[in-house]
Amino acid sequence: MTRNFRTSGAPHMPPQNTIAKVMLQVLLALVPGVLAYSWFFGPGILIQIILATLFALLFEAIILRWRGRPLKPFINDYSAVVTAVLFALCIPPLAPWWISCIAMLFAIVFAKHLYGGLGQNVFNPAMVGYVVVLISFPQAMTSWLPPLALAQQSPELMSVGLLASLKIIFSGTVPFAGGWDAITQATPLDTLKTGIEAGRMVPEIRNTPLFGDYGGMGWEWVANWFALGGIYLLYKRTISWQVPVAMIATTVLLSLPFWLADPDSNPFPLQHVFSGAIVLGAFFIATDPVSGCVSNRGRLIFGVGVAVITLVIRRWGGYPDGVAFAVLLMNMAAPLIDRYTRPRMYGE
Amino acid sequence: MNRALLSAAEKVELAREAGKRTHHFHGGLRLRHNKKISCQDPVIQPPLPASLTVPLLQHIGDVAEPFVSAGDAVLKGQAIGQCQPCATIHSPVSGTVEAIENRPMGHPSGQAGPCVIIRPDGREQWTGLTSIENWQDANPETLINQLQNCGLVGLGGAVFPTHTKARDGRNRNIHTLILNGSECEPYISCDEMLMREQPEKIVLGARILRRTLGAERVIIAIEDQMGAVQKALTRAADLADCKSISVVKVTTIYPEGGERQLIQVLTGLEVPAGGRPSDLGLVCQNVATAAAVADAVVEGKPLIERYVTVTGNGIAHPRNFKALLGTPFSHLVALSGGYTDDVARLVVGGPMMGYPLASDDEPVVKASNCLLALTAKDIEAPQPEMPCIRCGECARVCPATLLPQELHLQVRNGLWEQAQEYGLSACIECGCCDFVCPSHIPLVDWFRYGKGQQRERALEKTATEQARMRFENREARLLKSKQERAAKMAARKQLLQGKAAQQDRIKASIARAENKTAKPGNDNPGTGEQGKLPDDT
Ligand code: SF4
Ligand code: SF4
Repeated sequence: MTRNFRTSGAPHMPPQNTIAKVMLQVLLALVPGVLAYSWFFGPGILIQIILATLFALLFEAIILRWRGRPLKPFINDYSAVVTAVLFALCIPPLAPWWISCIAMLFAIVFAKHLYGGLGQNVFNPAMVGYVVVLISFPQAMTSWLPPLALAQQSPELMSVGLLASLKIIFSGTVPFAGGWDAITQATPLDTLKTGIEAGRMVPEIRNTPLFGDYGGMGWEWVANWFALGGIYLLYKRTISWQVPVAMIATTVLLSLPFWLADPDSNPFPLQHVFSGAIVLGAFFIATDPVSGCVSNRGRLIFGVGVAVITLVIRRWGGYPDGVAFAVLLMNMAAPLIDRYTRPRMYGE
Repeated sequence: MNRALLSAAEKVELAREAGKRTHHFHGGLRLRHNKKISCQDPVIQPPLPASLTVPLLQHIGDVAEPFVSAGDAVLKGQAIGQCQPCATIHSPVSGTVEAIENRPMGHPSGQAGPCVIIRPDGREQWTGLTSIENWQDANPETLINQLQNCGLVGLGGAVFPTHTKARDGRNRNIHTLILNGSECEPYISCDEMLMREQPEKIVLGARILRRTLGAERVIIAIEDQMGAVQKALTRAADLADCKSISVVKVTTIYPEGGERQLIQVLTGLEVPAGGRPSDLGLVCQNVATAAAVADAVVEGKPLIERYVTVTGNGIAHPRNFKALLGTPFSHLVALSGGYTDDVARLVVGGPMMGYPLASDDEPVVKASNCLLALTAKDIEAPQPEMPCIRCGECARVCPATLLPQELHLQVRNGLWEQAQEYGLSACIECGCCDFVCPSHIPLVDWFRYGKGQQRERALEKTATEQARMRFENREARLLKSKQERAAKMAARKQLLQGKAAQQDRIKASIARAENKTAKPGNDNPGTGEQGKLPDDT
């Protein structure tokens, strides 16, 4: 007795990996860093993550509907969530709620879907959203908190709990005497930059309690935990080693001669690595596959480029940190890099 | 040392070291083997089926010309079709030719083609066989002819005629013959069973093939988890007192059994793009081919049966068969306990590169190493196709070091020149990229389509090229004849002018004469004669 079957081309083993799984890996790897962040700087970051995620999913749903795309496979691929979380990790933890709204509008609608949606975007959506609000609302984007430990020690600073955080984020008013000044403090990078510009020496600036062993107090630990998550991603092969290694190595190697030549006006190399967004950027932002490079050599160049531009902005630019700008600039260069770094084919 | 930069001669020298140590190839996958399920029971020879379907096309090339017609009686092993320079096709049984008609012929294309339908008479009466018992002294050319007459082709799946490879190898200074026993695809176990059960035959075939090629060494490459097989083969080689045969274990990473990958593993060298293993002084054959060579030369038996694995979660009792070519797969399935309830797809070959079968009525052919029945659960995709996120997983696993994500876009958008530049034709369709893609893009489907389009374009190009040449030739011919005519005309004109001048001179002299004779008043003296002058225009 013969029996008929439906045919379909090889391979006959469907892939088991899915985009959702990849994105969940990334989110999982961010957990330790996020926990450390809220340990050192209060629960504001958790509120920001939730806010940004909700806005991201909302805009994703609206634009999918508008583009006539099915919601189902796209809304639960978690790519918008990753964008939202990475964005939230870049902004001050007590930034007003509408910052997330505007940033996610630009990230999801403009940077992602108007370029063609998932996989088509030229620029890293989280960084587009971040840069838009950074340029448009400098005031709100520079109101950083000191580490909780510091706030508890110093009489003139207040530490901010969950309820106070909610109130500040949603009403914009600070429920403490002294207002914003009582709770905010410049970031270490900011302090460093204004200090150097004011003619002070780096070791002298670093003597303030805001600084830790390498980077800023608290910040360096957050960076450590992000690095741990990044190593997990490397181990899981969700990201490849080229971008993080190139980025961190370049940061160290490039800042080393400056520091050796003039340690008074240039920060120590490891301070560069452990402050600002270098570690987060190296493992989680510059490794975004969609807007990055394809080949291994291309990824090395990409990582080097991000580090160089970041250091240039930190040293000579108008902003204390430059990872976001650096990533966006390298996003533009990525197609060109890809074209010149095609790997040698078998037998070629 | 960058082995890619060596000169051709240096590469050949280096290739002589093949198997001394093993190397890596780029990418690849570690897959679950699933081979054990079909290795539990010994190989059996199934009872004769009610009828056999022997396709007249079993490898690349033309359809063979049948020697028989409907109603003819045939003997087991009798040649029933051939085309030059293909391998001969034989009757697997003694019986009667029922018909020669178009049927699905177990070909990857799924197309129907001419097949000889034979009803066995059950007597299994052999035709007269010619063997070459003293093959050690035989002329290699005689051996190669014997291989062709016995219908030998590569049994690893590519079914390249063995005699063509051997003849080509003789002209190319082959130093090493590689016998490929590393069937890297999951599920398939026919080669492993063969190596376990008939190591002597493989060693014998290896020695014969070595003689036909004039090679110095033979390497039998097996997978690293085939411990028993290595012992069996080494013992057989020792028994034959053959020092030139070595058994090498290679790490099981799919697709290490692919010809180009296996060569890279054994030598660290890549077969040049567009080239062949013989460029490195190597020839690859499958172990099953070697066993069939031994049968063909020493016993004179043509290729009429092969080891076939019938396996997969869709089969009740997976096992291996030594099946006659032409046996319908349904016959083997019935002997394996039938299908399970949730069987959903039939594949000939492995799950990575096998081709699907529309019906189990199709016959076992020389290329069929495995019938794989997969269940709905095996082939169910956990997610629909999504856009490429450029994660680069595909490039990481591609053994041809291509950029599948770029190729995919190029093929999809019809950018054929770019796709060519990015190595579409170097894709071995191994399916690694497909298997790891988190977006579930059917990459290999696109590459097969792209290659088809490229072939068509190449054909079209040669066709237009030919048309253009024809046109240009014609133009040139026309131009030439025109020029020739013009030249002729010119020549004639000159001639005429010369004649006219002559006439003028004649006329002038006549006139002068007349003037002398006649008196003035005769004003037009030559008019009368002028029209009578011979006109050769
Ligand atoms: S594996 Fe799939 S999603 Fe990833 S780059 Fe390749 S084609 Fe794109
Ligand atoms: S199918 Fe082709 S492109 Fe994909 S991994 Fe295999 S060789 Fe590379």
